[in-house]
Amino acid sequence: MNSPVIEIVGVKKIYDLGETEVRALNGVDLQIVENDYMAIMGPSGSGKSTMMNLLGCLDTPSEGQYLFAGEDVAEMTDDELADIRNRRIGFVFQSFNLLAKATTLRNVELPLVYAGLHPDTRRERAKEALVKVGLSDRMTHRPNELSGGQRQRVAIARALVNKPSILLADEPTGNLDSKTGEEIMALFDQLHQLGNTIILVTHEDDIAMHAKRCVRLRDGIVESDKKI
Amino acid sequence: MKQLGYEIVESIAIAIEQVYEHRMRSLLTALGVMIGIIAVTLMGSAIRGIDVGFTSNLSILGMNTFYLEKWPWKDVGDNWIQYRNRPPIPASYSEKLNNSILSTENSSLIIAVPMVKNRRKISKDDRNIQGVEIIGTNADYPLVDNAEIELGRFLSEVEVLRGRNVVVLGHEVAASLFPEDLEESIGAYVNIQDIKYKVTGVYKKQGSVLGIGNFDKNVLMPLPSMRKFFVSKRYHSATIKIQKKEEASFEDATDEITGAVRLIRGLKPGQKDNFSINQSTAVAEEIAPVKRGIAIAGFGITGLALFVGAIGIMNITFVSVQERTKEIGTRRAIGARKRAILIQFLMEANMICLIGGIIGVFISFLIKLVLQRFIPEFPLIMSGQLILVAMLVSVLTGIGSGIAPAWKASRLDPAEALRHE
Repeated sequence: MNSPVIEIVGVKKIYDLGETEVRALNGVDLQIVENDYMAIMGPSGSGKSTMMNLLGCLDTPSEGQYLFAGEDVAEMTDDELADIRNRRIGFVFQSFNLLAKATTLRNVELPLVYAGLHPDTRRERAKEALVKVGLSDRMTHRPNELSGGQRQRVAIARALVNKPSILLADEPTGNLDSKTGEEIMALFDQLHQLGNTIILVTHEDDIAMHAKRCVRLRDGIVESDKKI
Repeated sequence: MKQLGYEIVESIAIAIEQVYEHRMRSLLTALGVMIGIIAVTLMGSAIRGIDVGFTSNLSILGMNTFYLEKWPWKDVGDNWIQYRNRPPIPASYSEKLNNSILSTENSSLIIAVPMVKNRRKISKDDRNIQGVEIIGTNADYPLVDNAEIELGRFLSEVEVLRGRNVVVLGHEVAASLFPEDLEESIGAYVNIQDIKYKVTGVYKKQGSVLGIGNFDKNVLMPLPSMRKFFVSKRYHSATIKIQKKEEASFEDATDEITGAVRLIRGLKPGQKDNFSINQSTAVAEEIAPVKRGIAIAGFGITGLALFVGAIGIMNITFVSVQERTKEIGTRRAIGARKRAILIQFLMEANMICLIGGIIGVFISFLIKLVLQRFIPEFPLIMSGQLILVAMLVSVLTGIGSGIAPAWKASRLDPAEALRHE
C-alpha cells in the first residue's frame, strides 16, 4: 500500500574543514514510506542534525542519491528546493521559531505567502490548520501571550498548513516540560492516525516510543532500524 | 508573478513592522537621507524660482527692447577704463534715431525714447522715500514699456513739451507716500529737492527684480523738467530705449541701431563702437553662473548627505540581518526563496529612505513657508515634479544602500541560519 516518499541510497555528507574533513554522514540508506512514523535517534555527533537538514532539503548530499517523491534532490536548484520545503515538508523546531511580532494566524499563514496563495485562501487554510491543533480560540494572540505548548501547536499548524508530504520535527518537546511534551506527542500520534507521515529527530527514548519505527545513527551510519 | 506580488506585499508589511519596532533607530538612520532630500529640494526650488523670477523680470525689461547706453550690462572687468572714456550718450540721440527709423525702408525698429536718470529723495508732508530713480522721458515712453498705469494717466505731449512739473509714480513710491489711500495721490503734490511736482498717475505693481533694480521705485517726469533741475547736460549719459518690431530678428535690429549710431557719431570703418546696445538676454547670460553655483553647491551637499545616509542605512540593515538570522533561516525552511529574502531587506532599507525622503520634503516645505514669510523676494518654487524627483532619489538611495546587506541575507545557508541564536 505504501509507496516510498523518501529514498536515500548511499548518502554521504562531508564537510571540508581545510586540513581535516568531517564525514557527518558516511553512507546512509533509508526508505521512508507514506504514513511512516519514524524516530531518528543517536548521540550528539552521530549525524542526526545533518540527516535532518538533508531530509528537510535544507542541504544536499555530497555523495549518493536522495529521491524525494521520485525526484533527485541533488539536481534541484535553490528555488526548487525552496518550493519542495514549502509544499512537501512541514518543519517543527525545538524552539518553535515563530515570528514574535506576528499573530498566531499570520504565523500559520506564512508558508502560504511564499506559496503565492490569495490572502483569503491563506486565512481560510490557516484557520483550518489551527482547528486541527486545537487553537481555534487563539488566532489573534501573539507568541508571547501563549504558553510553550500552545506555541508549539502554532508551529505544528504552520507545518501542516500547506498539506505537506512529511512532517519533520526536530526535538519538538525539547523546550517543553514533560507533561506538555506528552500533549504535543499525543497530537503527533493523532496526526499520524489521520494519515500524515512524521519524522521525529530526538534523543529521548520516551519521545521515540511514540513512533512506529526507530532509526539509530552512530558515527554517520545507520546502526539500527527497528519497528517498535 | 502572483507569488512575487504577494512576496512584495509581505515584505512591505515586514518593513513597516520593523521600522515601527525600531522607531528611534530608523529615524536617526534616516537623518542623512532627510538632509540630502532637503538640500536637493531647496536647491531645485531656488533654481526654479530664479528661472521663473527671471523670465518675469526679463518681460519687465522687455523682450523686444534694446537699451543704447555708454556701459554694457556685462561685467567689464579690467577694461573699465576704456568704457569710461567713451563719450556720453546724449538724450537727443533718440530723435536722431527716430529720424533714421523713418528714413529706413523696412526698418526693424519702431521707436526710440530717451531716458535720463538720477536718484533722489521724494517727500510728501512728513513722509519720504529715499533712493528713488527719477527718469526724465517723453510722452512716447509707454510705447517702449510694458508697465501698466493703475491710477490716473501718463505724461501728456504738452506737459513734456512745456517741461511741466508733473510726475508718474512707481507703485512702491506712491504706496509709501500715500499709505492710507492711493487715490489721494492723483492731483496731489510731492516734493523733490524742495520743488513741487503734481502727480498725474501711478503705476501698477511690477514686482522686484533680481539684482537689476526695483522698477516699482521709479518716478517718471518730462525730460525738460528733469534737465532744468538735476542733470548737468554735458556729462550725464542718457539711456535710449529702442523697441524693435515683433517680427524683426535681433541681429537685424542690432545691426540697424549700430549703423545708425555709428553714422550719428561719424565713426570710420575700422573704428570700434564706442557705445553699447544692451538687451535683456544679456542679463540671462549673467545669471547663468549664479544658477550653476547653486546647482553645484546643492548637488555637493545632496551627494554628501545621501552618501553618508546610505552608509548609515547599509550599516543598520547589516545589523538587522545579523539580528534576524534565525528568522531568515525559518523563512527559508518554510519555503521562502532567496529573492523573497532579498526583497524583504531591500524593502526595509527602502522604507527608511522613503521615510527620510517624506520628512525631508515636508521640512523643505516648512523652510520654504518660513523663508517666503520673512524674505518674500527670495525666489523659491517647489513643483510636484521636484517632489517626485526627491522621492525617486530616496528610493534609489534605498536600493543602493540595501542591496549589499539584502544580498548577504539572501545568500545565507538556511541550515546554518537556523542554528543561529
